[in-house]
Amino acid sequence: MGQIEWAMWANEQALASGLILITGGIVATAGRFTQWYFGAYSIAAGVLICLLEYPRGKRKKGSTMERCGQKYLTTVVKLFGPLTRNYYVRAVLHFLLSVPAGFLLATILGTVCLVIASVIYLLAAIRGEQWTPIEPKPKERPQVGGTIKQPPTNPPARPPVEVRKKPSVDEEEAASAGGPQVNPIPVTDEVV
Amino acid sequence: MGNWLANHWLSVLFLVSWLGLNIFMFVYAFLKYETSEKYYYTREILGTALAFARASAFCLNFNSMMILIPVCRNLLSFLRGTCSFCNRTLRKPLDHNLIFHKLVAYMICIFTAIHVIAHLFNFERYSRSHQAMDGSLASVLSSLSHHEKEGDSWLNPIQSPNTTVLYATFTSVAGLTGVIATTALVLMVTSAMEFIRRNYFELFWYTHHLFIVYIICLGIHGLGGIVRGQTEKSMGESHPYNCSSSFLEWDKHEWSCTRPHFVGHPPESWKWILAPITLYIFERMLRFYRSQQKVVITKVVLHPSKVLELQMRKRGFSMEVGQYIFVNCPSISFLEWHPFTLTSAPEEEFFSIHIRAAGDWTDNLIRTFEQQHSPMPRIEVDGPFGTVSEDVFQYEVAVLVGAGIGVTPFASILKSIWYKFQRADNKLKTQKIYFYWICRETGAFAWFNNLLNSLEQEMEALGKMDFLNYRLFLTGWDSNIAGHAALNFDKATDILTGLKQKTSFGRPMWDNEFSRIAAAHPKSVVGVFLCGPRSLAKSLRKCCQRYSSLDPRKVQFYFNKETF
Repeated sequence: MGQIEWAMWANEQALASGLILITGGIVATAGRFTQWYFGAYSIAAGVLICLLEYPRGKRKKGSTMERCGQKYLTTVVKLFGPLTRNYYVRAVLHFLLSVPAGFLLATILGTVCLVIASVIYLLAAIRGEQWTPIEPKPKERPQVGGTIKQPPTNPPARPPVEVRKKPSVDEEEAASAGGPQVNPIPVTDEVV
Repeated sequence: MGNWLANHWLSVLFLVSWLGLNIFMFVYAFLKYETSEKYYYTREILGTALAFARASAFCLNFNSMMILIPVCRNLLSFLRGTCSFCNRTLRKPLDHNLIFHKLVAYMICIFTAIHVIAHLFNFERYSRSHQAMDGSLASVLSSLSHHEKEGDSWLNPIQSPNTTVLYATFTSVAGLTGVIATTALVLMVTSAMEFIRRNYFELFWYTHHLFIVYIICLGIHGLGGIVRGQTEKSMGESHPYNCSSSFLEWDKHEWSCTRPHFVGHPPESWKWILAPITLYIFERMLRFYRSQQKVVITKVVLHPSKVLELQMRKRGFSMEVGQYIFVNCPSISFLEWHPFTLTSAPEEEFFSIHIRAAGDWTDNLIRTFEQQHSPMPRIEVDGPFGTVSEDVFQYEVAVLVGAGIGVTPFASILKSIWYKFQRADNKLKTQKIYFYWICRETGAFAWFNNLLNSLEQEMEALGKMDFLNYRLFLTGWDSNIAGHAALNFDKATDILTGLKQKTSFGRPMWDNEFSRIAAAHPKSVVGVFLCGPRSLAKSLRKCCQRYSSLDPRKVQFYFNKETF
């Protein structure tokens, strides 16, 4: 289990907890349960958690599947710098967010799930994991034939006289047996 | 669309029946609790939430029963074997067992949500009716527990106005097991998300064993008898239709209506899940028994590109082409079992697997064998389990497509063909095979090279060069390789592989290939088998549908995908 990035699972768990908190909160608020204001809090906390956890962090090794449309939230989450990068902060934040929801039955499931997510984030933080945003790859347009420009009009410059007078051993071997260059593959001139 | 339906009608029928059963059960239970007289007084306090909770519970029982069955591999293998006389369309649904397992899991999640929300309302209403001192029927019913001479005849589980719903939940069997079971369910679902499952398989595998917690909690969930209905005897004496309006007079001795008596609904979940649990326990015991049998490693080959080949023997082991086994290596990890396709043919005396380094466990395994410790690590094997490849010999024309390491089931098939040819097996229905191997780098070719080499020579010797038509595609090429290939264009054998068939670069153009095959075999049934990524499956499936003629006597393409 050495290569597990706990943060990835914590992220899924926290996202699920956020959704459960929102659902429980809606039920409690709509049904006007006793102490329903905890339900209203749950909805707000759940939305915050979902927004924070939606952009998936980059894996250490290999490619990461982005969630649909996450790049907008990535830019926002990135702005908070170390607050969102560091998983200790996230673990503490989730734990604190989960406490008020624990007072209401409708949202207690969200609390339990969020506490578990917080523990997994703590584990991830202890192992030194960090949230790295997935940057969009700069669109490199492959310059097909970009280096092929017009064929040179001038022949290559001749080496100085001294070198010309004494050809090196390598050059002799590489030179064909006199005469013009013979192409191994028939080459057709495609001049447009 | 028509072609898809023709290929998958049994799966569609199965799914439609399962969905239909769910809907029917929900509606049936809903109506029962919403209209039955037995629950008249209960409904006075709870309203429609009672019916929602009970209906979703009924469906949850059903789905919890269904979810364990698709993962009983050995049972499914047995069914598959028994059905060998059935045609291929009937056996296909058995390959989709994991898809069905996931669908049932989603259904369980949906019904759990309904059930939990309904019970939240129930508990809230019980609590309110206890605190309401307005003398309504609901509050009178709630106070029924206070009279001890009737014994255990309460309706409202919340016995005192000071009990909060939280306290009531966590001190009742139903509430506590409910919270634990739902938490286990959430953990199982989050660790089973595709992203986690594909990249961190061990996490998924270990966390998924929380299903034991879920099943146990489900079994004891109903023990408290919280759902209460009026007893038969009480209904005979004072029927709710007669007596409900006169609830203020129940205590008066002269009145014909007496206080109603209630009894809890006995737990029934265990009835649903007992049989699948037994089947699953039997399945795990069978896997354990099969794994304990001794496996002898006869040969270990380390191929380039970190591919490890293990040739093994096991008493009583018999396989078919394209099957897979689960392998466990206790010295690396005691509890993990990983699936691998068999790359040997049934005709050989050993069975072999090719393992590529793709994660923790495989890395460790390859490293252990590289270091060549003198007693070789013990290997346990469970299987073989059947997949679609067994059907390949039943098609006149077979198109096999393997992407990267996905070629392994086809290694087994090609080897089997070789042996069948050697023995001049008449049962071989296949007349022609088109094999496409799509790979990123040349190193991975090496072990498969030898196989294709020997097949080439074999075909030449028998004079049947056109039985096997294969094309290799190198997708990770660069200008260097292309330059080399261009320079060596005239050579008889390919510079990369040494085979007679030249390597092509880039991806195959499937439209061209399919139209060529359709033109060459206008009246045949062509089976297309893929082991590779989903995107490739999509394009192949489309091509199959496009090039299958509407006339069932003309060329028909059937698409089969391998999944693990």
